Amino acid sequence: MIRTEEILLNVGPQHPSTHGVFRLVLTLDGEVITDAKPVIGYLHRGTEKIAENLQYTQIIPYTDRMDYVSAMTNNYVLVHAVETMMNIEIPERAEYLRILAMELNRVASHLLWWGTYILDFGATSPLLYAFREREMILNLLNELSGARLTFNYMRVGGVKWDAPEGWIEKVRDFVPYMRKMLVGYNELVSGNEIFLNRTKNIGTYTKEDALNYSLSGVNLRSTGVKWDLRKDEPYSIYDRFDFNVVTRDAGDAFARYECRLEEIEESLKIIEQAVEQFPQDGPFMAKVPKIIKAPKGEAFVRIEGSRGEIGCYIASDGKKEPYRMKFRRPSFYNLQILPKLLIGENISNLISILGAIDIVLGEVDG
Amino acid sequence: MSGDKDLDQLKKEAVAKAKAAAAAKRKAKEQAESGAKEEVSPAGDDLAKQKADAVAKAKAEAAAKRQAKEEAESGAQEEPPTADDLAKQKAEAVAKAKAAAAAKRKAKEQAESGTSDEAPAAEATGNDADDLAKKKAAAVAKAKAAAAAKRKAMGQSEPEEEASAGDDDLAKKKAEAVAKAKAAAAAKRKAMGQAEPEEEAPAGDDHLAKKKAAAVAKAKAAAAAKRKAMGQAEPEEEASAGDDDLAKKKAAAVAKAKAAAAAKKKASEGGAASGDDEKAKAIAAAKAKAKAAAAAKAKAAGKGAAAADTPEEPKQPSPNQKYLDKYVEIIQKHLGEDVLEDSYINNLSKDVPTLVAKQDSYYKIAEFLKFNESLSFDYLSEIHGTDFETHMEVYAHLYSYKNRQSVALKVKIDRDKPEIESLARLWAGAEWPECEAYDLLGIRFTGHPDLRRIMLGEDWIGHPLRKDYEPYDVEV
Repeated sequence: MIRTEEILLNVGPQHPSTHGVFRLVLTLDGEVITDAKPVIGYLHRGTEKIAENLQYTQIIPYTDRMDYVSAMTNNYVLVHAVETMMNIEIPERAEYLRILAMELNRVASHLLWWGTYILDFGATSPLLYAFREREMILNLLNELSGARLTFNYMRVGGVKWDAPEGWIEKVRDFVPYMRKMLVGYNELVSGNEIFLNRTKNIGTYTKEDALNYSLSGVNLRSTGVKWDLRKDEPYSIYDRFDFNVVTRDAGDAFARYECRLEEIEESLKIIEQAVEQFPQDGPFMAKVPKIIKAPKGEAFVRIEGSRGEIGCYIASDGKKEPYRMKFRRPSFYNLQILPKLLIGENISNLISILGAIDIVLGEVDG
Repeated sequence: MSGDKDLDQLKKEAVAKAKAAAAAKRKAKEQAESGAKEEVSPAGDDLAKQKADAVAKAKAEAAAKRQAKEEAESGAQEEPPTADDLAKQKAEAVAKAKAAAAAKRKAKEQAESGTSDEAPAAEATGNDADDLAKKKAAAVAKAKAAAAAKRKAMGQSEPEEEASAGDDDLAKKKAEAVAKAKAAAAAKRKAMGQAEPEEEAPAGDDHLAKKKAAAVAKAKAAAAAKRKAMGQAEPEEEASAGDDDLAKKKAAAVAKAKAAAAAKKKASEGGAASGDDEKAKAIAAAKAKAKAAAAAKAKAAGKGAAAADTPEEPKQPSPNQKYLDKYVEIIQKHLGEDVLEDSYINNLSKDVPTLVAKQDSYYKIAEFLKFNESLSFDYLSEIHGTDFETHMEVYAHLYSYKNRQSVALKVKIDRDKPEIESLARLWAGAEWPECEAYDLLGIRFTGHPDLRRIMLGEDWIGHPLRKDYEPYDVEV
């Protein structure tokens, strides 16, 4: 006689496939997941509470530590919110520097995802290639901001540093190199049969599900919703660039894989155009008051980050610190759909499904 | 650590001093009393007795000191407990405090009843075969009293919680622990030289509600002190702990502060300009006052609109004005005229049409916004809460992929009973953010499928994003 019983399996909080401190309590019936309960909060640092006692410029480094894989976009959402409230005109050169920094960071973020996602399946060499290219981007951003990950680069009214001499040329040279590498990536992984077996028709959800669960970014676009805040609610100077919003209709893990890889290509397009249009000179910082005080009232802005919609809500009482600050962190929202995707799945698909959502735990926990 | 040590040293010194003072006092009293009776008694006898007394006292003091030290040490050991140890330790601490209080009472009774055997057990009969427990209890009582004296010496009014006897309900204990932590924090701040508002000690009242209220008041006072220390002129909130019309009081306080500031300014100006033109000054001051009062009145009147102010005179109508008008019209047509508290274009936030729902129609409006054919806000981009001190607020940002339009839906809720319907039934994406708001602000979302403390865990005390939050840390 065969004895069967449900098994409670604890994944994490320290587990390589969770990409951070994330815990998942699974109930298994054989190999099939019957229940999944995500446990988060291990990396909660209370950024929003801390921010209430800091001046706006002092908050910027804290945003670096939310989505630490794509810190530039976090920097931007904060300064963008303050600038929106204060109605500050940003100098051209600063806008271009911001765009370049953000798009380079987006590429780096997608590269990290690509490498580690394939690594989760057991393929080690793609990670090395991805990190080789990512390293070049980090070096570029390091030259720009003085840091490899926690850039602290943007300021209300502009950016902290102008581009060093020769930097624009380096970025220009990087674009064709990265394009060439992308071809290699596709040849190496995208057609691999084992990889396809592990991603196609895995973790599928519909457009309605995606909207219902407040998914954003690639997680939303992989279901066919053509929605990119850079295109649809253009902020900064994104309306000057010609690029496509990448979508897929399948809504499975492979669709998300394809979207991300193609988004690298679209980001390269933006970088290329920004380098071409880059103003020869001009200030990189607007004239802003020494002590920044957002006017009394509230504002909510959202931008397209690497993982989806990053929002920043500020309630100000006219002081130099925000009265209340709230970040809409895309990974936090995107992760909500996980139990729905896991229940009924085979446990071997867990890694594929979780990895395809692309979470950063610093952002989930805030 | 060294700071702690210094503090300990100081405490010990204070204890010693207090003891010495008390002893001297007692002695003086004793002498005065005995002197009345035995004025002519031989001096040698008296001396011997005094000596014996002194020795006994010294012994007792040493014992008490030791005890106190032990207690302090054990207290230090108690600090980093594991989660399930905590309750036990708390209970122990409470029991101890109770015992100490009992002992204290006993000692007091004895001291009061027995003028003949003035020296209570532990002191005079140090070498007698007195039972150990009693001595210990007395010593503990002394240590407690000493601690109280210590704290008092440091200028803190003791909440005298030890006196509360009887009820061993857990909630109460927790409340006590919180209150204690708060008191300790206050003492700390005090030690750091910050001005502390007066705290009334609700002596020996074991009524839970009262205590809780007191604790809250204290927390508020502490928070106020903190803010004050940070140099912000703050209306006297501590006075309005149990008060309902906070806004009114605040407004009054603001008016006062304003008037004072204005008067000050005026005074300085006047002083610089024309020396002693007192009449003019007075008039100016009165004017300033009237102005301030008027302003306060206006403010109080406009308080309903609170944080977000409607544009007084829009230079040019926002491009989104037509959308707002449309939403309001459709909502009022279908749901009635009085479901919306307010509606405006938020100029600071990229001109987003903003609807402020009434509390009981919040869910209805959200549902309508989602399912109405011409509105179809199918996407919840963001939902969070904010503590505005006068009220709580939930802010939801909705988006319609069909119409490519945004709307912000807000609702004000009662701060003392923050409860609102959950939107998780409409948008599954609201589930975690509502948990977050519950965790960090204490807003209860009714009808939520799984409302839990998603970030901090269920054993966390307090809601950090509330403006009156005081961190509770067993180690502080």
